[in-house]
Amino acid sequence: MVEQGGRVIEAVVDIVILSFLVIVAVAVIRLKDLFGVVMLSGIYSLLSAALFVELDAVDVAFTEAAVGAGIATVLMLATLALTERHEKKPAHRPWLPLIVVAITGGFLIYGTIDLPPFGAADNPIHQHVAPTYLADSVPKTGVPNVVTSVLASYRGYDTLGETTVIFTAGMGVLTLLGAARVLRRRRREDD
Amino acid sequence: MQHHLILRVLAKFIIPFIVLYALYVQFHGDFGPGGGFQAGVIVGAGMILYTLIFGLENAARIAPPGFLRVMAAIGILIYAGTGLAALLLGGNYLDYNQFNPHHPAHGQELGIFLVELGVGVGVSATMTLIFFAFSGRGREEHKR
Repeated sequence: MVEQGGRVIEAVVDIVILSFLVIVAVAVIRLKDLFGVVMLSGIYSLLSAALFVELDAVDVAFTEAAVGAGIATVLMLATLALTERHEKKPAHRPWLPLIVVAITGGFLIYGTIDLPPFGAADNPIHQHVAPTYLADSVPKTGVPNVVTSVLASYRGYDTLGETTVIFTAGMGVLTLLGAARVLRRRRREDD
Repeated sequence: MQHHLILRVLAKFIIPFIVLYALYVQFHGDFGPGGGFQAGVIVGAGMILYTLIFGLENAARIAPPGFLRVMAAIGILIYAGTGLAALLLGGNYLDYNQFNPHHPAHGQELGIFLVELGVGVGVSATMTLIFFAFSGRGREEHKR
């Protein structure tokens, strides 16, 4: 009985968060004031983080809240300070893109019909390597958080690649915007 | 933001806790949610808060961009170096079992700790650098 009640509450929370996500997404598309758009995209990230918590993916939720709602919002605001606050009117009618998006979305939803039931224990995704990770993580790596052992050990190559991507992104931004150069010039002016 | 007394006092109060929490997330990632990436982002957020309140010049005095660029590279080098060390000890690249052949699990713990440290150092430096780049550019434009 308690189990069933918990599941009902989960479903209600899911529906509320997902509807809010749709509302925020539509508002982001409709709004022309980019400051509002940035704020809404932060809210979108926070709602996604809440959804990940509800799905028991706390590590992903943590990252989404810190990066999506935190850093990305601040960086978008910094970008707004460099550009303009209001979106320009689009030069063309959005009908063709809308049709393309609607058809693609329709196909994607059609594709989900063939998916195995959500969260069922005998889904292929839970039968492949996941049981091995869950069973081996503590005896073989000594790390109780399986997410960490998968990220840093079982999938160490991928994480090395991701770290390199972040480094490359940082260097790309530096090459384009050049903080050190500006600071040095300012210091020279001050002297 | 030079005259916002309440913001300045609150920021000074809260930033140490942000950094402390980042350290907790970094070193407790083996047991709870989190790890190097999240910790690095939280340190970056703390630095961004400091930059917003106390200005780019003061923030650059704490963490000079040249130092941050070196740290961003050192982060990846710690990660790649851990892999290389495993290779030199006779295993595969990033095979942490080699660090402690008698207790492979302890070797794994050490390896995971090191690569998470590398990720944390690299990500925190990169996040701060990216924000410095944006805010430095903004200042220059306003000056004209």
